[in-house]
Amino acid sequence: MAPHTEQLTRPAVRLRGLTRSFEGRTVLDGVDLDLPAGQFTALLGHSGSGKSTLLRAIAGIDHGVAGSGTLTAPERVSVVFQDSRLLPWRRVLPNVLLGLDGEDAEERGRAALAEVGLGGRERAWPTELSGGEQQRAALARSLVREPELLLADEPFGALDALTRIKMHALLRRLWERHRPSVLLVTHDVDEAIVLADRVLVLEDGRIGLDLTVDRDGPHAHGGYRTQLLKALGVSEDAP
Amino acid sequence: MTTTTTAPAPPAAVAEEHQVRRRRRLSPGKRLPATRITGPLLVLALWAAASATGRLDPGAIPAPWTVVETGIRLWTEGTLPRDVLTSLQRAGAGFAIGLTAGIVLALASGLSRIGEALIDGSVQLNRAVPTLGLIPLFILWLGIGETFKIAIIAIVVYVPIYLNTHAALSGIDHRFVELAEVQGLSRFAFVRQVVVPGALPGFFVGLRLGVTGSWLGLVVLEQINATSGLGYMMFQAQNYGQTDVILVGLVVYGLFGLVSDTAVRAIERRVLSWRRTLSS
Repeated sequence: MAPHTEQLTRPAVRLRGLTRSFEGRTVLDGVDLDLPAGQFTALLGHSGSGKSTLLRAIAGIDHGVAGSGTLTAPERVSVVFQDSRLLPWRRVLPNVLLGLDGEDAEERGRAALAEVGLGGRERAWPTELSGGEQQRAALARSLVREPELLLADEPFGALDALTRIKMHALLRRLWERHRPSVLLVTHDVDEAIVLADRVLVLEDGRIGLDLTVDRDGPHAHGGYRTQLLKALGVSEDAP
Repeated sequence: MTTTTTAPAPPAAVAEEHQVRRRRRLSPGKRLPATRITGPLLVLALWAAASATGRLDPGAIPAPWTVVETGIRLWTEGTLPRDVLTSLQRAGAGFAIGLTAGIVLALASGLSRIGEALIDGSVQLNRAVPTLGLIPLFILWLGIGETFKIAIIAIVVYVPIYLNTHAALSGIDHRFVELAEVQGLSRFAFVRQVVVPGALPGFFVGLRLGVTGSWLGLVVLEQINATSGLGYMMFQAQNYGQTDVILVGLVVYGLFGLVSDTAVRAIERRVLSWRRTLSS
């Protein structure tokens, strides 16, 4: 852990008083947040709670949205969306290389595809891939740029349960190898606990709960789950 | 079912077994070989049969073989090749200008709000004016030579190319625009890698309309005032009552249209091979 210590002192993402509103309705109401470099963070919240708004603000793609506050983020940011967003007119490898320059770009693209288990599918069309494979290609596209920050907006939301489990393992493995800071937006409490070291709950436009997940602690999952569901105002017994 | 109350049937007999029947297919299904040529061949056969049995007045509609003979005669005499070449040059020049203008204007109007404000309304206005109605004005402006003919053809061609390309440009999925921003694409790379390929399907629709339009414009223009060209040839034939020559002209126009449309389709299939649509 020693090499990381210095990095951890300097946050990768720093939000102060971040406010965003749509047509007078305040969605983010002065969010203060530091994301340390190399940390895997999950952001939970109800639909409409502003999770995606927060992620899009950090990604810098919330054009035309009214708001204030300060926001710093690293130079190299990658985004994985809920849909794979592969360009249908490009084969898989050119899709992964979108926006990437340099002589070794193709080599890196092939390596990234191999890393997500799509080696040999470089020449396939996106429509020839299954939903899970498309999302892996999207992961490869974001990883090949060696991001300091990886933003993921419900990246597994459209996948079936079995594929999702595999994708969880893949994402965690990729994170352990490359160590970008990750902000994963999800509405799935279990997904957040399984993947992240820190889980945030967005509530009324602010961070309502900031929970550190001790991954080595025994039988912790159920406890975290209850705590998070309570923060989200969901009771498992209620009809 | 009333008898079952007193003597219940065994379950196996109750459960009716439905033979699974395939659902009615809603897509047109597999292509027949050489479908495109079947219709024209049938028309030709009917025409030949009617001529051979004497049901058609040879003065009004000459037999197919008469048309072929006349075509060969005109070709060997050298007038047909000259007229075809003239027509091809006019259509080609007008088409090239119209194509370029259509693409450039569509890009300028689709990619910038200023361009849209300046261009889109003007083109819509231009579209509302029947292009062939501009002929008298263009003759006064550009003289009665080749220039005005090429200008009219260019207008006929650029309008559908502009309209369809512009519609396709504005219809590009916003999610892809967002992706390009996230991936840090430059404006040029964005246009080249996202906008142009995304707009190609619409562009090809416009291209096919434009190609046909160039021939249409040609027919009218060459009959109004010209000293050579297919239209001129047909106009002269009308004066001398040579229906066979008129039909030769029509056949050549038809062939031009068919060949150019087939060529555009072939290019389209190659370029848009990534698409899986109803027609594939």
